[in-house]
Amino acid sequence: MADTVLFEFLHTEMVAELWAHDPDPGSGVSAGSRGEEVGATTGQKMSLSVLESMGFRVGQALGERLPRETLAFREELDVLKFLCKDLWVAVFQKQMDSLRTNHQGTYVLQDNSFPLLLPMASGLQYLEEAPKFLAFTCGLLRGALCTLGIESVVTASVAALPVCKFQVLIPKS
Amino acid sequence: MAVCIAVIAKENYPLYIRSTPTENELKFHYMVHTSLDVVDEKISAMGKALVDQRELYLGLLYPTEDYKVYGYVTNSKVKFVMVVDSSNTALRDNEIRSMFRKLHNSYTDVMCNPFYNPGDRIQSRWALLPVSASSPGGPYFLCPYPVQVGPTSCVRSSPGGPYSCVRSSPGEPYSLCPIQSRAFDNMVTSMMIQVC
Repeated sequence: MADTVLFEFLHTEMVAELWAHDPDPGSGVSAGSRGEEVGATTGQKMSLSVLESMGFRVGQALGERLPRETLAFREELDVLKFLCKDLWVAVFQKQMDSLRTNHQGTYVLQDNSFPLLLPMASGLQYLEEAPKFLAFTCGLLRGALCTLGIESVVTASVAALPVCKFQVLIPKS
Repeated sequence: MAVCIAVIAKENYPLYIRSTPTENELKFHYMVHTSLDVVDEKISAMGKALVDQRELYLGLLYPTEDYKVYGYVTNSKVKFVMVVDSSNTALRDNEIRSMFRKLHNSYTDVMCNPFYNPGDRIQSRWALLPVSASSPGGPYFLCPYPVQVGPTSCVRSSPGGPYSCVRSSPGEPYSLCPIQSRAFDNMVTSMMIQVC
């Protein structure tokens, strides 16, 4: 059905639009090169953080709406399981493939065929471009965790498309 | 029907309190504040219970001679407190449950409103806030009620409805703050009028 691709198209456009406002970090040399390159990379970091904060707000709303009928969560692991199952199914129509933890507040969520990376390539092509397509989803996870009462830091890494890992760090208080 | 409805954030500050304006509101504010202790007690008791027995509806928190106070907590630790008139004995438990469920749905809609920042107060009236500087022509602000037309005011009808536009005098600058969640407020109003 066309429903699943609606979000993918929107997401692709979001990333393209935010990136279009940044100058490319030029490979050649230009007069004020040092300042320009720093400006370019900070511009890219701004775009990444804008994407992440968009995901964060969406995650906050989803974290309120989705667990409505499910009972209150007992502990962190239940919340993470909810993310892997219910949240992922609601947004990407599939469950997360694996969840690992060291029980010290670090969780690694692995998705072997992440739908936002799936149409791009399979393998090592476009590896440098992949992180910007994961920023929104990192924010999504962080926002949902925040609504459910857990402050966290979420990062993503890609070894080979379309396998990606989301690392959730929950600081011990 | 509810006499007072309050939404409390997880850090225990009020996001929304509204009571029927017949008596002094402070009494209800105080009642809601004291009920927070009971809510916390019930939440920690729930934490030790088995998974099957946990649910969001907390039930009757405590009765006073005139009122009964009911509580409900969401998964995001946002608490709803409802004060009901004791003389209304016809209210059954599942009616209260359904009222809380509707409240939860309305709150979720507020959360999904893009103009609402999570953690802010839930407002739905035009509120007049003082500003520090006013523009040379004098700031105009919209009031949702007819205003006495005087030498420093003018009345204009806006496309949004029967609002009047009043120019503030130099001594009292105002600005308007936006309506965020009229739907939530309407839901609460309907709960105060009738059982739903």
